[in-house]
Amino acid sequence: MKTATRSTSHLRQDPLVRGLGWASALLGVPQVLAPAGFARALGVGDAFRHRSATTAVGVRELAAATGLLARPHPAWLWGRVGGDLMDLTMLTRALKNHNGRGLGRTAAATAAVTAITATDVYAAVTRTRRSTPMELTATATVAQPPDDVYALWSDLQRLPDFMAHLDEVRVTGPRTSHWRASAPFGKTVEWDAETTQDIPGRLIAWQSVDGADIDNAGEVRFVHAPGNRGTEIRVTLRYDLPGGALGKAAARYFGEEPHQQLDDDLRRFKQIAETGEVVRSEGAPGGKRARGEFPQHPARPLTEDELKEALA
Amino acid sequence: MKANCWTGRNSVEVQDVPDPSILNNRDAIVKITSTAICGSDLHLLDGYVPTMEKGDIMGHEFMGEVVEVGPGISDGKLRVGDRVVVPFPIACGACASCRAELYSCCENTNPNAGISEKFFGHPTAGIYGYSHLTGGFAGGQAEYARVVLADANALKIESDLTDEQVLFLSDILPTGYMGADMCDIQEGDVVAVWGAGPVGQFAMDSARVLGAEKVIAIDKEPYRLDMAAAQGYTTINFEDTDVRSALLELTGGRGPDKCIDAVGMEATHGASHVHLYDRAKQAVRSETDRPHALRQAILSCRSGGVVSVIGVYGGVIDKFPAGAWMNRSLTLRTGQCHVHKYMKPLLGLIERGKLDPTRIITHRLPLTEAPTGYDLFKNKKDHCEKVVLKP
Repeated sequence: MKTATRSTSHLRQDPLVRGLGWASALLGVPQVLAPAGFARALGVGDAFRHRSATTAVGVRELAAATGLLARPHPAWLWGRVGGDLMDLTMLTRALKNHNGRGLGRTAAATAAVTAITATDVYAAVTRTRRSTPMELTATATVAQPPDDVYALWSDLQRLPDFMAHLDEVRVTGPRTSHWRASAPFGKTVEWDAETTQDIPGRLIAWQSVDGADIDNAGEVRFVHAPGNRGTEIRVTLRYDLPGGALGKAAARYFGEEPHQQLDDDLRRFKQIAETGEVVRSEGAPGGKRARGEFPQHPARPLTEDELKEALA
Repeated sequence: MKANCWTGRNSVEVQDVPDPSILNNRDAIVKITSTAICGSDLHLLDGYVPTMEKGDIMGHEFMGEVVEVGPGISDGKLRVGDRVVVPFPIACGACASCRAELYSCCENTNPNAGISEKFFGHPTAGIYGYSHLTGGFAGGQAEYARVVLADANALKIESDLTDEQVLFLSDILPTGYMGADMCDIQEGDVVAVWGAGPVGQFAMDSARVLGAEKVIAIDKEPYRLDMAAAQGYTTINFEDTDVRSALLELTGGRGPDKCIDAVGMEATHGASHVHLYDRAKQAVRSETDRPHALRQAILSCRSGGVVSVIGVYGGVIDKFPAGAWMNRSLTLRTGQCHVHKYMKPLLGLIERGKLDPTRIITHRLPLTEAPTGYDLFKNKKDHCEKVVLKP
């Protein structure tokens, strides 16, 4: 099974990101090559500590330039914001301890850096939000013919049997259904979905309708596996994760790695298709509730309370 | 009920725990009549297998009487009162691996497949009492055990063979047999077996049953070598003999045709500096296994021969002799035993008197003395070869 997130390659064509990249390069080169001159141009003098601080800032700018132009990622934009705050701190100190010569140039540089900071914050915030739509793919091979596998999956009410996050799927019409799922931090999210494509034995695709707590869409393809091995299931899920990158990181911290979740969901589907049910152990009695696997029980029979909870 | 539980590195304890119950439709509950301590339990005891938890019930070699069956088991398949031997890997019988008779690679029975996959690249089957990496299933060193997918796993014993004659069908007898089976033994073959523990002894017996002309046992414990010699096998004590020279001498300079590593990750070595190197690397966790036996088997095997590995390895090893393996056209074959594939044929061999699994039993103890059994077996005290526990 293999999964992949959507790449951040769309940032490569982003004019603002590219502009900031080139701006970093244009600032970084003179800072590294002629730190003394650059420091004088800012009106802060060329004492050794000023020169070395300028070189360090230049190296940072060049790193940001390389990152933004070669492997753009919102992290580089946030890195620039951090760098800007550092620069502003230094310039404020320079303004405070100024001996009067070139004060105007230092003030102008401070104003310029403030403007750059605003641009960087704008770029970082907007580009981070743009990268949060998630796309997950996963695949598994089930030793059953495509028609049977399709039939099992298209019984939507059974999806919660193997999908860890789903609490309930209710069919509400010939092409519509209502979904309820648990989200991190004990929240529940709900949405109505519409089946957008349904080709028996081949494909099921759905899309949440307007007003969903989390906009999402997905498709499952059922492909005949070579050598009579059964069916390759190929799942693609797309959704907008609330809280953006921060929410994603937090979810991951609490053991909700989305790729792993989807892989495990498919594994449980395979178990149902091939053996009739999800196999449980004394150590992981939660069955489909993958989150219950960490931390695990010792591998010994459950107490009456634990058993009641596991069978609930 | 009473069960033997892992309570930390080098410590097991018999504790009172709840009785097992049906968790899946095709489960059965078995009242255990005989269970055994396996060499691979020692890897768990020593803490070399990760993901053990305090309180985990040990044991994957067990048999008994069915006392309860789940609603998903049809009456014809298994009934209350049936006498069964339970194979250690849990197989579903329906996935591609099971259909290819690779039962220990079953794709459906490890609830912690995600963890197993990170260790091994692909997940492996669930195993009773064998860490959470293999599913976190409770083991069989207990008064009762839950058997998963019991209709596809438990082997019914319908003749009047004793427990001791059939108990080892759960693991070590098929494991030893698979070691010899993977060697593809031809008439006139000389087979060398590293390790004269229970699995090694059964690999030797199986090699002979499959037609080997000469069988050589390599170990350092005189009592184990004596046990092999009593069966007519040639012996080498690696403490006082250079193994490769001795093997060349015994085979006219060719080397053994087929080599079986029945040792695995905790091998010891005659040359102390080599042992020290692996021991040190293992201690800082930059190498998980000590592969002396495997290295020696590869270097000793004749060109074009087969090295069959049934000793358990857990992770990554250093200094694997890839040059010898590649340049001399060796075949390396291995696997956790696909027990289900061998149970019935081996039961037939036992019934016909071709194999006598009871010959290796040296100790019989009540379940409550399981910790003593572990101590005897691990430290090779009192000439201990195999311990059978009676609940």
